[in-house]
Amino acid sequence: MTLFVRFALRRLLAALLVLLVLSIVIYALFYVLPGDPARLACGPKCTTAQVDQVRAQLGLGHPVYVQYAHFLHGLVVGTDVSTGVGTEHCGAPCLGFSYQNGEQVTSLLAERLPATASLALGAMVLWLVLGVGTGLLSALRHGGLTERVLTALTLAGNAVPVFITGILLMLLFVSVLGWLPFPSYVPLTDDPEQWAWNLVLPWLSLAILESAKYSRLTRSSLLETLAEDHVRTFRAYGVRERSVIGRHALRGAVPPIIALSALDLGTMFGGAVLTESLFGIPGLGKSLVDSVRTEDLPVVVGLVLVTGFFVVLANAVADVLYAVADRRVVLA
Amino acid sequence: MTATDPLTAPGAVAATPAAAPGARQVWRRLRARRAALAGACVIVLLALMALAAPLLAALEGQDPDAYHADAVDSALGGVPIGSFGGIGADHWLGVEPGTGRDLFVRLVYGARISLGVGLAATAVQVIIGIGVGLAAGLGNRLLDTLLSRTTDVMLALPSLVFAIALLAIVPAGFPRPVLLVLVLGLLGWGGTSRIVRAQTLTLKSLDYVAAARLGGSGRWRVARRELLPSLAAPVATYTALLVPSNIASEAGLSFLGIGVKPPTPSWGQMLSSATTWYQADPTYVLLPAGLIFVTVFAFTTLGDGIRTALDPRAASRVPGRARRRKEARA
Repeated sequence: MTLFVRFALRRLLAALLVLLVLSIVIYALFYVLPGDPARLACGPKCTTAQVDQVRAQLGLGHPVYVQYAHFLHGLVVGTDVSTGVGTEHCGAPCLGFSYQNGEQVTSLLAERLPATASLALGAMVLWLVLGVGTGLLSALRHGGLTERVLTALTLAGNAVPVFITGILLMLLFVSVLGWLPFPSYVPLTDDPEQWAWNLVLPWLSLAILESAKYSRLTRSSLLETLAEDHVRTFRAYGVRERSVIGRHALRGAVPPIIALSALDLGTMFGGAVLTESLFGIPGLGKSLVDSVRTEDLPVVVGLVLVTGFFVVLANAVADVLYAVADRRVVLA
Repeated sequence: MTATDPLTAPGAVAATPAAAPGARQVWRRLRARRAALAGACVIVLLALMALAAPLLAALEGQDPDAYHADAVDSALGGVPIGSFGGIGADHWLGVEPGTGRDLFVRLVYGARISLGVGLAATAVQVIIGIGVGLAAGLGNRLLDTLLSRTTDVMLALPSLVFAIALLAIVPAGFPRPVLLVLVLGLLGWGGTSRIVRAQTLTLKSLDYVAAARLGGSGRWRVARRELLPSLAAPVATYTALLVPSNIASEAGLSFLGIGVKPPTPSWGQMLSSATTWYQADPTYVLLPAGLIFVTVFAFTTLGDGIRTALDPRAASRVPGRARRRKEARA
């Protein structure tokens, strides 16, 4: 157990280090490289006086490392930001102030999180069902026509960009068949039934894209385990086929599937940019596209940081979960 | 050492365990896979279409940027006149709703952006990847650690989000297709670099490389003359699958309105304006969507074929922990 705790701690420490490096890179890219970051941060509609105020707020007169220290201080402890008309306190993960929206970036992004979470969690349930199901089916029908068809389908599903799948699904279910409404996001707290109904198409589009990986993973892992000696022994002892597969063979596929899910979920939480844009879901991904269009630099930088945070965190969590499911990893 | 050095002759390379099968054998295996061959044919057709874009436009007698107000019904909000989005003798694939621009010519010119950006970005990724991978594999421990950790971070980053953010801070005057190539290229070299480093470490310990070093070849010469030829197979395998992912990324960025700027025709951008018309004019949606689908799928099938042809065991190999990499295509 202590070995495992040490492994988990080491892994989280490494993740923190990566996050620190990432924040330096992001700061350098967006606040040091551009000629006039104050003008960029303030947005295209700012007056010279406002830009000067932003310049003072960002501390652009100071050396670069002092500026970065200030930025990091805001992220970890919080800081005071100037709003253009006065100053206000910006709490712990302070991502700056969006001068275009007149709001702190952290609260702007927090408003967007429920939509992204709705999309990501629902899609994950669906891609696990689809992926593990087809993987199981094609492993059991190994060498047959079913396997060939499923392999071709998963190759296609993984190759096609999500916005194409989404548009085609929309064309079929909304336009031709008329079974579903044109998706427009309804918050879960407003109306759970409408929430789910409007999210079916986005969920399905993402699930088709993602399930291919899970299908291949399940299939290959299952085929590998089924060929092992202990499985043959189980069969020789007369253990029923259903139990051989369900209890013993599938178990080997569980750790990689859990790890991959954690990883994918982390990436989705950073915003499924294309899916959210296509279906007009007001999540983090759509907010990235919107803020790039309106040239709202503080929001863009905040989103890149948040996405990076989710991905790095997901990587660490995936490794730890993998170790929980398969203790051999800890020793390696 | 000269080109006839027995240690670097093709036979010697093929005898090493890490080396790939000969080119003729690969070609024979590739030819046996009908799907891969079909993919290759589609790619050749698309490439010809892109190269001959001005010729095809002249043949149809249309211009990609000319508006045809007479081809759309302004009373119905700009829906093309005629069935299937106005397909006819004048406009082979119909016209764009609203403006009446000819779709065939715009799609043909769009192939230039799609294939051009996709291939060029892959080239940038492969060049950086080989450079970093070789440096990490041949350099001292500090350099290796530094480059390997950088590669890990590059692989973990959601490249789509970074690409979008980077496109936001570059001045508008910068030529967009070049910018797309650079952004995709600079963000996507991690996979190649990791493969090259691993291969370099394996090859470095082999007798023929040791012999070359004993013969007085410097590091750079060893890398160029002894290692690069043996790296070709694994890099080609990986590259074949990078191309469709880059084409999809370009289409995605243009779809989001932050890729190629109008009036330059691009499939992704056409698709994004088509989403507002999908009920009134389904043809307008299906054409760019179908082309992106066919292109990406053709490159994927070919890539899959090349992978199996170069290494027949790869098809049945178990994807392990190393393959847990997320491509930011969501």
